[in-house]
Amino acid sequence: MTYTLEGATGTWEIVVGLEIHAQVISQSKLFSGASTLFGGEPNTQVSLIDAGFPGMLPVINHECVAQAIRTGLGLKAHINLESRFDRKNYFYADLPQGYQISQFTHPIVGSGVVEIELSDGSTRQIGVTRLHLEQDAGKLLHDQDPKRSFVDLNRAGVALMEIVSEPDIRSPEEAGAYLRKMRQILRYLGTCDGNMDEGSMRADVNVSVRKAGEPFRTRCEIKNVNSIRFVTQAIEIEAMRQIEVWESGGTVDQETRLFDPGRGETRSLRSKEDAHDYRYFPDPDLLPLVVEQSWVDELKAHLPELPDDKRARFQTEYGITAYDSGVLVAEQAMADFYESVAKGRDGKMTAAWMTGDFFAALNRTGKAIEESPVGADKLGGMLDLITDGTINGKIAKEVLETMFETGEAPLEIVERKGLRQVTDTGAIEAAADEIIAANQDKVEQYLGGKDKLFGFFVGQVMKATQGKANPAIVNDILKKKIHG
Amino acid sequence: MMLTDLTIAQAAEGLRKHDFTAVELTNAHVEAIGALNGRLNAYITVTADQATEAAAQADRNLAAGDAPTLTGIPLGIKDLFCTKGVRTTAASRILGDFTPPYESTVTANLLANGAVFVGKTNLDEFAMGSTNLTSAFGAVENPWRRNGDDTPLVPGGSSGGSAAAVAAHLAMGATGTDTGGSIRQPAAYCGIVGLKPTYGRCSRWGTIAFASSLDQAGPMTRTVEDAAIMLAAMAGHDAKDSTSANIAVPDYRAACGRSLKGLRVGVPAEYRAPGMSAELQAVWDRGVAMLREAGCEIVDVSLPHTKYGLATYYIIAPAEASSNLARYDGVRFGDRREGASLDELYERTRHDGFGEEVRRRILVGTYVLSAGYYDAYYLRAQKIRTLIQRDFTQAFEAADVLLTPTAPTAAFGHNEKPEDPVQMYLNDVFTVPASMAGQPALSVPVSLDSTGLPLGLQLIGRHFDEETLIAVGSALEKAADFTARPTFRAGAAA
Repeated sequence: MTYTLEGATGTWEIVVGLEIHAQVISQSKLFSGASTLFGGEPNTQVSLIDAGFPGMLPVINHECVAQAIRTGLGLKAHINLESRFDRKNYFYADLPQGYQISQFTHPIVGSGVVEIELSDGSTRQIGVTRLHLEQDAGKLLHDQDPKRSFVDLNRAGVALMEIVSEPDIRSPEEAGAYLRKMRQILRYLGTCDGNMDEGSMRADVNVSVRKAGEPFRTRCEIKNVNSIRFVTQAIEIEAMRQIEVWESGGTVDQETRLFDPGRGETRSLRSKEDAHDYRYFPDPDLLPLVVEQSWVDELKAHLPELPDDKRARFQTEYGITAYDSGVLVAEQAMADFYESVAKGRDGKMTAAWMTGDFFAALNRTGKAIEESPVGADKLGGMLDLITDGTINGKIAKEVLETMFETGEAPLEIVERKGLRQVTDTGAIEAAADEIIAANQDKVEQYLGGKDKLFGFFVGQVMKATQGKANPAIVNDILKKKIHG
Repeated sequence: MMLTDLTIAQAAEGLRKHDFTAVELTNAHVEAIGALNGRLNAYITVTADQATEAAAQADRNLAAGDAPTLTGIPLGIKDLFCTKGVRTTAASRILGDFTPPYESTVTANLLANGAVFVGKTNLDEFAMGSTNLTSAFGAVENPWRRNGDDTPLVPGGSSGGSAAAVAAHLAMGATGTDTGGSIRQPAAYCGIVGLKPTYGRCSRWGTIAFASSLDQAGPMTRTVEDAAIMLAAMAGHDAKDSTSANIAVPDYRAACGRSLKGLRVGVPAEYRAPGMSAELQAVWDRGVAMLREAGCEIVDVSLPHTKYGLATYYIIAPAEASSNLARYDGVRFGDRREGASLDELYERTRHDGFGEEVRRRILVGTYVLSAGYYDAYYLRAQKIRTLIQRDFTQAFEAADVLLTPTAPTAAFGHNEKPEDPVQMYLNDVFTVPASMAGQPALSVPVSLDSTGLPLGLQLIGRHFDEETLIAVGSALEKAADFTARPTFRAGAAA
């Protein structure tokens, strides 16, 4: 089960730790009142503080602090009631103050844990070392002018949570599962939208390799990987590179590298000589961040149900399988949809329809669950029609299709198309008689032991009733008539 | 009596009695600036037109009876405070023609109190210095001269332009900022009153930062009462500055003349530095005698970590400055020197934009924060800072206020500046400890030395107890009866 890579000198295992940068969902930036909306015209969401003007001072945005605490609680982590902000000093054009305000020595959230599930159904606990708040930088635009670069400071000063994992990850799959789980938790908590393609969640990947039983070897950090697929690719490629270095007698240097998905390689970002000395020191413009336990308790009391808890509850409350439950809680909106349908209905049946035909139809139309043309009330209405015998399962598939196309209510479709289930035994008996009469040879064969032929008779009766006959009644009548 | 000779308290009364108008008062100062600033270089920017306009508005407000205390009072503003629509330089080339689109909280408070700004006063570049010789806009001359000696003297620093302007009656008062003595030492050198409030008393928002954990704005005036009036207008909580104290501003002026009966005045043994001149020692002794006379009990106190004050200050202040000044990179405002790469742009902009002393402190600050040295320098300095703070806490168990000299010497000549920067930094030896501990401190001129230059004494108080400083300061002022005026002042010489 252990993931390993084969080198010339034997088997290697990999050691991975992730640093996730998650943009905090908040109205305004970490230390200024400027808006955090994505996609604004360049430099329209910049305060004098963000632009590092003389004499400007940061003031902590308490909503960002609340979001960090919520996230910490969601990661079952220790909340530090006193934390501090430090300055990380370096020069770059996207960093107006010449320093990033971050939490170096005293983060707001201490150690926590995330449980991941792998494709074989096994689970693993991945340790979270810490979570801290820091400012995002601006963005350089190199494609506006042949000679000059431009700076967009809209993002400068937006709050980020840096979530650092323990080096507990042992395979690319685990890294992917960890990222997906983290994104799911953040989205459930409403603390980060987790959109890696918009850059609101990014990962730095620390990779090293070692022989079984060895202590850690030197790691490399792959900066700013912006999709889960790239993270898994980058780990594999970087691990192979390191194995080659070690096996050819070289040593891996601790350095920052960049993943180039186009070329399928990682390459050194900066050499040791250029290594930054960030000169961290406590930001004298800010007092230590002190939060009251009572506030943490209040935030905890209002925390939304987390995916693991929801999944367990779905299993017990609705009697569905761990697998279905896992599929349904993958996204909060999906889970909410499921619950509003399943409430007061058969949970298993709801799960089967949702994970089957309903998701298939959504996929076909390329729609997210939030924009589904068939809402929870309509899907529920359709299930009710099955339960009360108005339609059978086969007809229900057709009704669902039509609902996706026209947005009509299920009963409307049933009435308009005349899809009501036939429970009138007289009509079914007439159809059965006709079919038995026309297929005496098959009746003989069936009675002679060819049991499978019974399905043929059922199919013929259903066909004769345009699929609307109640399958149970059809079965009963056919059995009675054939066996006499 | 000339209008420029009035104190703020007298002028405020005269305006209300309509003895003269605010426009007359402002014009008198603008004229005096015109006559003397060419020589003293106390102002970097004179805002005569805006001042006259503001004075006219002040007259209308006075006539309407809607006039807070400082209405119509002409003040100088240290050019470290950002002033909306008025070029703000920090006495550095690097800011170029930077004109803030915002008003610092302290100056906004003064404007709201009716003050009229006549100009932006000169200072050491980015407030780094004790002489005002590091200004990119030229040195300031102290309006005082030694008896029978025409050597130009330094006004002290960094608020040297403010001190010179107030001493020469080119403003009735001025704002200063004090990081390690930058209000008190120039006040002493120029024979005026300088008050550094408790750290957090005045908002730092909109004031160009030198060392954030030490910077504090305060008034520079010719009387303690005027300092009390100005401080009341400048101080107050500001939500935009996280280190600003949410403590009500008392009626400081009411503390003037308050009885000192039973008040304990501490004399810290460690300030009797070896090599202190007999003359300075005598002034200090005189101060002690005056306060005893005024009803105070004199007690000996000890501030055992005083001797580490300067060394720790010159680690912490440059460390913060090296980071605070990183934003002056030529990218968004100020002067830029183009370069072939971003790094070259930074290097050329900052090399050409910053003067020697600023560059030195940035380098020192960068060094003490760098990996491998942080623990030995910065962290250690912070620990000693805690010990210095504890010294004061303990001293204030035995005493209500401390009395010390403000500076080791009187003003010295422009060409008598020590070559060795460390020797230069010794100027701050008496002022730095109070800065490190965030205590409020007040410098009051007490007498002239044998060469005819003013010497000041410093009072250090408990946190947020500026009232005791003002009470004791006004008693000291009364007893000292310091009436000497400098050679160069409005109407006296040109």
